[in-house]
Amino acid sequence: MNFEIYQPLYILAAFCFIFGLKNMSSPATARRGVISAEIGMLIAVVSTLMRHEVVTYEWIIIGLLIGTVIGIPLAILMPMTAVPQRTAVSQACGALASALIGTAEYYRRMPHGFTMVALILETLLGFLTVTASLMAWGKLQEVLPGRPVTFKGQLFFNLGILGLAIAIGIAIIVSPESTYLYPYFVTLALIFGVLLIIPIGGADMPTVIALLNSYAGLSACAMGFALDNKLLIIAGALDGSSGFILSIIMCRAMNRSFSNVLFGGFGQVVAAVAGKEARPVRSATPEEAAGILSDARTVVIIPGYGMAVAQAQHKIRELHDALIKRGVDVKFAIHPVAGRMPGHMNVLLAEADVPYDKLIEMDDINGEMAMTDVTLIVGANDIVNPAAMNDPTSPIAGMPILEAYKSRTVMIIKRGMSPGFAGIDNELYYMDKTLMLFGDAKSFVASLVKEVAANHN
Amino acid sequence: MANWEFGSYVFMLAAFLGFELIRKVSPLLHTPLMSLTNAIASISVVGAILVSGDKDATTLSHVLGFIAVVSATTNLVSGYLITDRMLKMFKKREPAQK
Repeated sequence: MNFEIYQPLYILAAFCFIFGLKNMSSPATARRGVISAEIGMLIAVVSTLMRHEVVTYEWIIIGLLIGTVIGIPLAILMPMTAVPQRTAVSQACGALASALIGTAEYYRRMPHGFTMVALILETLLGFLTVTASLMAWGKLQEVLPGRPVTFKGQLFFNLGILGLAIAIGIAIIVSPESTYLYPYFVTLALIFGVLLIIPIGGADMPTVIALLNSYAGLSACAMGFALDNKLLIIAGALDGSSGFILSIIMCRAMNRSFSNVLFGGFGQVVAAVAGKEARPVRSATPEEAAGILSDARTVVIIPGYGMAVAQAQHKIRELHDALIKRGVDVKFAIHPVAGRMPGHMNVLLAEADVPYDKLIEMDDINGEMAMTDVTLIVGANDIVNPAAMNDPTSPIAGMPILEAYKSRTVMIIKRGMSPGFAGIDNELYYMDKTLMLFGDAKSFVASLVKEVAANHN
Repeated sequence: MANWEFGSYVFMLAAFLGFELIRKVSPLLHTPLMSLTNAIASISVVGAILVSGDKDATTLSHVLGFIAVVSATTNLVSGYLITDRMLKMFKKREPAQK
């Protein structure tokens, strides 16, 4: 085996990636981790350019420059509320790259045996992730309806399309020379990507985004097998396993199985049942609510997707500051699936300068709920619905929730009485200790801040 | 040892390592984590360079390789920058609580 300088450099790059991910375990070391992963990528790109097989540079350099020119403003101008959409787009880009490389390799070499298997896997995962990520982007950006779209026999239809794509893939593996089959294979993979996302509703996006992340990684990994490149295998496997475990964590946080998320069409069927008679609720004005908050000793704020929609995170931080100044103990309770992607709430609150040691995970905060004077729920619904614990027939039965109902007073900021994503009524709204604060989250919290500050003087 | 066999060992070990590493990441950082692993997955730029810069590359592989280089690089640059931007926001506590 003849030695080339890129070989030890690839090993070094792989080390940098692993070291980078290891440092992500704590916010204190996370930035070091990113730098390490950046160095790894730089080493990987530069040492690849030095390989003797690479002879034409013009287009590569132009491509790298164009990518950089697009990438920099994309990262700097992107508002933090758009992070889920950005993640979806970037998955589409990554998957497109590996799908196209697979296609190019197929037409150039038409390899037999194992390499062809890897190429088919690479392109199948790549192309389906491209359209699936674009569909997810559409749903997150709300250019497509966020509600799940289901039809009879959907599961069989989807699996049929996938089965057909795999069958054609196998035919290509058996006889790589039949290039006329390849366009059908690509088309079916693209269609399957679209079909995969159609039945998925907005609140299931955290799981799906994580799963697509995994597919994009596995596609890069398959490319590593096709090109016999261990660095690609390692980086792809790291991404693949990371996306996979995140989607498992998300599923667990909803007490649902993978197949239920992917094929369940959750939230559509139940929506029709929710048309019961109106029950009385207690509501409060900003003045009353601010009085109760100011007199509390402990306040827990529970943010949900509604906070992101209303862009209320900065006002909430002001409320946090105003209450802290009055000596109130304020914490944030974060449900694993609050928002549209894993960790969504944490990023938004961190953007608003909330110190991260105030963001408490579900399992840690639930024990404190009974000793909490006031819980303030901003734009969250299903993740605080006691029906998940009490009503075994509820569609969200068994889903772990933030136990807001245990606190002494519950305040819920909400636009109106519409049910949440799961389309089910929330018992919490009708409890005696619950106050409904009707209004836009951002302006309501703003008036709370004003009132709390005024009480102070 | 055949290439596929060696590659599969590498894959198995890397996947297990990935599972173990990611499980330890605090849910606080799940969003930056996803954007970092996304950026790491743009390692496909390596494949794109190899395919489009190869001495016997066809016109088709030049064209597809070029598009792949552009999209992987976009992903790479924006992925790393935005991860760092996010992580900069995670502060322990403000220096002076107002």
